[in-house]
Amino acid sequence: MKFRIYRYDPEKDAKPYLQEYDVALDPHDRMLLDALMRVKAVDDTLSFRRSCREGVCGSDAMNINGKNGLACVTNLLELKEPVELRPLPGLPVIRDLIVDMSQFFKQYHSIKPYLVNDERPPEKERLQAPEDREELDGLYECILCACCSTACPSFWWNPDKFVGPAGLLAAYRFIADTRDQAVNERLDNLEDPYRLFRCHTIMNCVDVCPKGLNPTRAIGKIREIMVKRAV
Amino acid sequence: MSHGVGDVGKLPVRKFDALVVGAGGSGMRASLQLAEAGLSVAVLTKVFPTRSHTVAAQGGIGASLGNMSEDHWLWHMYDTIKGSDWLGDQDAIEYMCRTAPEVVYELEHFGMPFDRNADGSIYQRPFGGHSANFGEKPVQRACAAADRTGHAMLHTLYQRNVRARTQFFVEWMALDLIRDADGTVLGVVALEMETGAVMILQAKATMFATGGAGRIFAASTNAFINTGDGLGMAARAGIPLEDMEFWQFHPTGVHGAGVLITEGVRGEGGILLNCNGERFMERYAPNLKDLASRDVVSRSMDQEIKEGRGCGPNKDHVMLKLDHLGPDVILKRLPSIREIALKFANVDCIKEPIPVVPTIHYQMGGIPTNVHGQVVAPSGDDPAAVVGGFYAVGECSCVSVHGANRLGTNSLVDLLVFGRSAGNHVVGLALPGKAHRPLPKDAADRTLARLARLDSATSGESVADVAAALRTTMQAHCGVFRNQELLSEGVRQVMEVEQRVQRTAIGDKSTTFNTARVEALELDNMIETAKATVVSAEARRESRGAQARSDYPDRDDVTWLKHTLWYRDGNRLDYKPVNLKPASVEAFPPKTRTY
Ligand SMILES: Cc1cc2nc3c(=O)[nH]c(=O)nc-3n(C[C@H](O)[C@H](O)[C@H](O)COP(=O)(O)OP(=O)(O)OC[C@H]3O[C@@H](n4cnc5c(N)ncnc54)[C@H](O)[C@@H]3O)c2cc1C
Ligand code: SF4
Ligand code: SF4
Ligand code: FES
Repeated sequence: MKFRIYRYDPEKDAKPYLQEYDVALDPHDRMLLDALMRVKAVDDTLSFRRSCREGVCGSDAMNINGKNGLACVTNLLELKEPVELRPLPGLPVIRDLIVDMSQFFKQYHSIKPYLVNDERPPEKERLQAPEDREELDGLYECILCACCSTACPSFWWNPDKFVGPAGLLAAYRFIADTRDQAVNERLDNLEDPYRLFRCHTIMNCVDVCPKGLNPTRAIGKIREIMVKRAV
Repeated sequence: MSHGVGDVGKLPVRKFDALVVGAGGSGMRASLQLAEAGLSVAVLTKVFPTRSHTVAAQGGIGASLGNMSEDHWLWHMYDTIKGSDWLGDQDAIEYMCRTAPEVVYELEHFGMPFDRNADGSIYQRPFGGHSANFGEKPVQRACAAADRTGHAMLHTLYQRNVRARTQFFVEWMALDLIRDADGTVLGVVALEMETGAVMILQAKATMFATGGAGRIFAASTNAFINTGDGLGMAARAGIPLEDMEFWQFHPTGVHGAGVLITEGVRGEGGILLNCNGERFMERYAPNLKDLASRDVVSRSMDQEIKEGRGCGPNKDHVMLKLDHLGPDVILKRLPSIREIALKFANVDCIKEPIPVVPTIHYQMGGIPTNVHGQVVAPSGDDPAAVVGGFYAVGECSCVSVHGANRLGTNSLVDLLVFGRSAGNHVVGLALPGKAHRPLPKDAADRTLARLARLDSATSGESVADVAAALRTTMQAHCGVFRNQELLSEGVRQVMEVEQRVQRTAIGDKSTTFNTARVEALELDNMIETAKATVVSAEARRESRGAQARSDYPDRDDVTWLKHTLWYRDGNRLDYKPVNLKPASVEAFPPKTRTY
């Protein structure tokens, strides 16, 4: 199978280039990650992150034939050859397909991604109605792969100011949790021309999320609550 | 990168009160105690914390909350001891099962999005080997967040650590343990992957939480990063490894891909079928059937396949049927399973069964500890003397609550219970007031020599090839059923592979994010784990839990009711007694194990 892979090692390359590979696959190779391992067996200098190989850890997000996705759950049959692989767009490249995700995590951390509830907890669990718990479905499953934020033009232009789809999805995960008591502070934290309102509903994020999540919907919900709060 | 041997003075040193190596469930439960108590703590991890393999756990966390029907921690304790085939230490099991509800409630308070019952309490599902009233009937004890329990738990713990301002060293790999002349542990030598910098991280308490090593087998439910680094580092530093012959085969890995299908599927009512469409578990375990203990189910599957009742053109797997649960249950309780089956087996489990085979899943053995997470090793007359400054928690440790076979859901609860107790024990040492012990001059020699060899080797075997040879050998010689011939040959072959490990070479010499170097260094740990496994298995001439020997089909409590200790030095084996005395309740004496 033929590949064109983005290569860049700051120690020896003045600038990035695309390297061509043609590797023989095993009949059992199913996903793009399997093929990447074949390439790596031939050329161990090719660098990329991977761990779970089943789409739950969020390590191997990359730009695959122009679209962000996880190599480990991208079926080889879906791919047109030569398969062009690039690092996630918009983040600094450390080496080859490995990007520096600091900015992405900084935005995630900026929304206070933890439950805030200063009441003394009961001896057992806090009760939560099943309907209330269902509000968290489609929110808590995020694997922080950054496919969405690095497909979002607003995040490319303002990675330091716009929280981005992943961070906003997480913000809404806590706003929507009946056990959380910091809804107002959370909204204050987002009420800003950039942090939330840079989203122009372009929906790239929804299109690429490998977990089928919908950050745009979450962003819409936050806006709704803000409007309600204002009146 | 160009440091010579004996140059410890030239390596940068960073000092902390406590150091945790590993940011999975156990490491982050421990670091939370430490950070909240105000200690200076560094958490090292090869991957961003939420990418640790705890994220892949699906089914649930075992705790006798009794939310679905009556339950009691003593029943949980009995099930765990029986599951362990009496090799588990009863004081540790007692502590874990008694503390389990408390740590689950705590996790809920931290924000864990558990599924809920109509009354708002935590939803619990049935799981293999968990029963009410000492084996009478199945009980719903697995606290679940759909089939993403590990993901929900790991993210919740990370979030809580963000709140506590825990300091993480992300994409840092610990390479070796540092001990002084007294054997006290002083920290680790570590590699910053992004820059290639080698550093000494010095601490008054060092805790390993490095997870499992399932990648020493060819077919595994484990992540690529599960290479037994903690085990390798401990073994090289002279610490014995306990009960390494006991490896769990999970009954339901996707045929061909290895990806796990949670036992929760059978908990929710899924059943296993052979090529005749027969529910064969009724024959092997008339009482708990498909929900018998994992070792029992895996062996039954293997037997069916061996006797020609496997499915598919090669008759090499069985089928997991769950379509009868209906789309509602599947979409609500098992959504990721549906996704996995679609992606990795090409089947929609709402309509068709999933092809499955027993697949390596979990290592019951590990670095020996007591219930405070302190690492213990024989010294003089004391079979369990504390190794100063050293702790281990989670899958890399052996406390031992899982004995010869772990019950599903008992790992996640082990992470929480012992992560917390080890954290508390370190807090109790009042470290901030104490001084660091001096570093020995040769602290980094072993590590620098390993790195220097990799840097200078221009030709040699490829790391990928040697690792593949190791996996093939382990798979062939340490499988579901073992015998003397297989194991003796296995020992011979693994020792041969060890020679090849010394002769590897990597083409990548860059210092920037050199993943080839990381993989070569991981191989050093995999080989130690594999040696410990096969040497311990070869010596144990009985069948107990996950160690099933066709030449010694029975459990032999007279000779073998004891823990194995493997030492790297000379492949030496030693043994220590099983603790059959709980602290507060009556013991459960060994008896025949049927389900
Ligand atoms: C697919 C699957 C499903 C499972 N489902 C369940 C379940 O439903 N219930 C249950 O109880 N158990 C389950 N288990 C078992 C359980 O998930 C694991 O045993 C447990 O999560 C291990 O946690 P840990 O904290 O020990 O290690 P891990 O979560 O594996 O974390 C290890 C950490 O150590 C770090 N590390 C390793 N080596 C180094 C090094 N050299 N330097 C620096 N850092 C290092 C890694 O980066 C990582 O952060 C499942 C296991 C698998 C594979
Ligand atoms: S919908 Fe908003 S967040 Fe999503 S890609 Fe578009 S601008 Fe970005
Ligand atoms: S929302 Fe989806 S794409 Fe974005 S980080 Fe989370 S899982 Fe990845
Ligand atoms: S390797 Fe974990 S998401 Fe792909």
